[in-house]
Amino acid sequence: MEEKNLICINCPLGCPLTVTLEGGEVKTVSGNTCPRGEAYARKELTNPTRIVTSTVKVKGGSLAMASVKTASDIPKGKIFDCVKAIQDIELPAPVTIGQVVLADVCGTGVDIVATKNVPAKG
Amino acid sequence: MVDIVIIGAGVSGCAIAREVSRYQADVLVLEREEDVCCGTSKANSAIVHAGYDAANGSLMAKLNVEGSRLMPALSKELDFAYENNGSLVVMVSEDDRPALNKLYENGVANGVEGLRIVERDELVKMEPNISDEAVAALYAPTGAIVCPFGLTFALAENAAHNGVKFQFDTEVTGIEKVDGGWKLATTQGDVEAKVVVNAAGVYADKLHNMVSEDAMTITPRRGDYFLLDHTAQGHVHNTIFQLPGKFGKGVLVAPTVHGNVIVGPTAIDIEDKEGVATTQAGLDEVRAKCGMAVKDVPLRQTITSFAGLRAHEARHEFFISEAAPGFVDCAGIESPGLSSAPAIGVMVSGIVKDILKLEENPGFDPKRRGILDPKGLDDAAHAELIKENPAYGTVVCRCETVTEGEIIDAIRRVPGARSVDGVKRRVRAGMGRCQGGFCSPRVMEILARELGVDQSAITKAGAGSELIVGVNKDAI
Amino acid sequence: MREYELVIIGGGPAGLAAAAAAHEAGLRDILILERDNELGGILNQCIHNGFGLHTFKEELTGPEYAGRFIQQVKELGIPYKLNTMVLDLAADKTVTAMNREDGLFQLHPKAVILAMGCRERPRGALSIPGCRPAGIYTAGTAQRLVNMEGYMPGRKVVILGSGDIGLIMARRMTLEGAKVQVVAELMPYSGGLKRNIVQCLDDYGIPLKLSHTVVDIEGKKRVEAITIAQVDERNRPIPGTEERYECDTLLLSCGLIPENELSRSAGVELNPITNGPTVNESLETSIPGVFAAGNVLHVHDLVDYVSEEAGAAGRHAAAYVACGCKTEEHKALPIKCENGVRYTVPVAIRPDAAGDTVTLRFRVGNVYQNKKVAVYAGDACIFSRKRPVLAPGEMETVILKTDLLTGHPEADGITVTLEEA
Repeated sequence: MEEKNLICINCPLGCPLTVTLEGGEVKTVSGNTCPRGEAYARKELTNPTRIVTSTVKVKGGSLAMASVKTASDIPKGKIFDCVKAIQDIELPAPVTIGQVVLADVCGTGVDIVATKNVPAKG
Repeated sequence: MVDIVIIGAGVSGCAIAREVSRYQADVLVLEREEDVCCGTSKANSAIVHAGYDAANGSLMAKLNVEGSRLMPALSKELDFAYENNGSLVVMVSEDDRPALNKLYENGVANGVEGLRIVERDELVKMEPNISDEAVAALYAPTGAIVCPFGLTFALAENAAHNGVKFQFDTEVTGIEKVDGGWKLATTQGDVEAKVVVNAAGVYADKLHNMVSEDAMTITPRRGDYFLLDHTAQGHVHNTIFQLPGKFGKGVLVAPTVHGNVIVGPTAIDIEDKEGVATTQAGLDEVRAKCGMAVKDVPLRQTITSFAGLRAHEARHEFFISEAAPGFVDCAGIESPGLSSAPAIGVMVSGIVKDILKLEENPGFDPKRRGILDPKGLDDAAHAELIKENPAYGTVVCRCETVTEGEIIDAIRRVPGARSVDGVKRRVRAGMGRCQGGFCSPRVMEILARELGVDQSAITKAGAGSELIVGVNKDAI
Repeated sequence: MREYELVIIGGGPAGLAAAAAAHEAGLRDILILERDNELGGILNQCIHNGFGLHTFKEELTGPEYAGRFIQQVKELGIPYKLNTMVLDLAADKTVTAMNREDGLFQLHPKAVILAMGCRERPRGALSIPGCRPAGIYTAGTAQRLVNMEGYMPGRKVVILGSGDIGLIMARRMTLEGAKVQVVAELMPYSGGLKRNIVQCLDDYGIPLKLSHTVVDIEGKKRVEAITIAQVDERNRPIPGTEERYECDTLLLSCGLIPENELSRSAGVELNPITNGPTVNESLETSIPGVFAAGNVLHVHDLVDYVSEEAGAAGRHAAAYVACGCKTEEHKALPIKCENGVRYTVPVAIRPDAAGDTVTLRFRVGNVYQNKKVAVYAGDACIFSRKRPVLAPGEMETVILKTDLLTGHPEADGITVTLEEA
């Protein structure tokens, strides 16, 4: 039996989780305040994922950049590929919150969406 | 061949440039940094010393007292911040009474007006925060404070207005005697001049030794300082020194013309002529000493700490004379150099005038208008100004309430601001309690627009101090 | 210039939530004054996620969170002025402000809500020895450059201070192609949220060195190297523990300071612990009709709490105007902080003026384990809750039932304290 300690990152509470594993399989999770903590622990030890936030350039907008995010979490190992994939994107203004900036980033099935309204200049 | 090259655009070089512009001559100021006021002139106590300190009979004493006398009228003529707040040299042990009396007598002999010794009762009334140990003090009603940047920019702008040229980023690397003058090798090519003035601050020895057998050594003497927020304003009214004596030499605590409080300096001799890094030991020394003459100095309200270098020559004297024919030294200008600057300008220009037999410049205009600060206007005039020029309605620096209009003015001056520090020293954007946290990106934007360059080319203080190193994701 | 009944100084999360709540409480004559060129305040540069779990039950980024409040304010038709700097607030609530279009103008509102936010503690205030080259930024300034303008302020980075903005910027700089070498923290604990240490530092293998500080900055023109050292219990560097990092950038995340210059000029009483106004249960300052909320009042850890607090301030301001701007005399119970509780907001409660509940927010001065937060009315314990961990980086909230206070008429004060669990 193996024991691992994690900090839940679901919310600012940051619950300290204790996970017991057997043969790489999660047996118990304790220390969590809510069910999301247990789900996080299981995922973190098998297939850790993160939401990625970044920026892309905007053309003709009132601002030079628009912030973006992955619409949901993607595998941790793909974070840098994801950032690279949006490196050369330049969105024409206006940009609206929720607008898909790049569909299915790096084959994750997750879209990159805008998180900021950028009206056209002038 | 130009008539006169002045090496160094500090307060001495600019004062000389301004005074010499009263005459008909081609004058060029060479400065190794990107702006005027980048060396000793930018980091000092911002004090106009009354002139009791320097040894009677010395050139230092003479020019200090003269400079101090010239300063009030000059501040009006050239529109820079000056305040005659008075100064006190505080004695904290009765044992030091003879030293205080000696200082008084030296001051009287130097011609300092209104000097008197005030005893504790009166001292406490003048300065409620004076140390409990304070016994008496030498009061100099002519002591004053000045904005060292304001003074230097004013002199430079007025000189430029009267025809003096300024060339920045130009370091003099060699000097050679040629027919009728000197050839200077610089990082921007050769320059020939009939007369060279050496106002190179901590580097004045290097230049002097290129033309004279009589070697000179300037030691950079570092001074560490704390600058406190406006919230500390009123803690002291006079500039307060501690009389060196039984408990050693203290540091000064003084108001500044902009409503801050300055505390320092240390006096640490170093080798590096660029060594303006503060040290933990230096800052600790200021912390430990500032309470000797003034109590409860609110160091918690520090907004910045910094260090400056004084151009110290072992003989502690100003060296103003022809070191070689047509090569005029203005060296060893350590404290009270700022106070003496107006008199130094007059003296050196006199020497140069005699060498070149210069004629008066009939078009000389002694007046300079400072950068308009709308805070000084009444509400109606302020409103009118914004209507005329809406840039005065946009506040860029929140801490010091500096508008876009003022920043644009600073950039368009001659010589104008070309860097974030250049803007800061001219209009105080970024000089306040957040130290440019909010306004520096905006100042960079305005500089880029006004100078017609990309924002990535904007520097803190000249080439090599770029503030931006690239764009997002360019290195992944 | 037409007059308004309520002027809100600041159009960030606090100002927006206060405006919407005041409007919902029936006050229609509101003006928001914002110094930046858009509403939303600092949230606009906080492009990371983690906002809104309390308010919207979903995880949003800063601009999205701000976007919802901006939309609400626009839908309610609440007027606002951008690029408008308030220059002065007088004790009689006269607001002097300035912008390009209106020039210099004065307003004489019945009520004012202070929502100016906070600023970062700069290098100068930290008295870090060394050179003063380019390449030293507060984390928030770097955040603005990267997230709003798309500029990289550096490539090899050392961060001093483990406040949340510093942690977030460690990840942001890394994702934009910079190498973040180390985060040094003076205190023996981080000032940021634990989740941020995990997902901003641990995820990218960035070391966090607790009880460390910067002892030297090298570089004449641009930062060339930073030396950090371990500190002793008195926060003094320990000789021999120095580590030198070659880098071009130092980011500082060493604390936030409420921006109360206007409050000070108006004569609003300030709490020396929070650097924010002292307020009662209605979030009203020492000047009747002047309310405060958000980071100008005390630095929050979560924007959700800012919105909640500002909503309350908006409702109280609306009630103040609706009642003809009269403040009735009520008995006030001052709140005393004990055993590690550093401050509370509010500093006093008037049970007769409070609604059904009063929200108390506070921070502790150290890391505590297995404690109990207890609140006393006089000598009677009226609230107690176990807390396995308390840390200075996290704000604590206690919701008190007002009838528990009115049930102890003999009490002449309230005490908030930590006890052994």
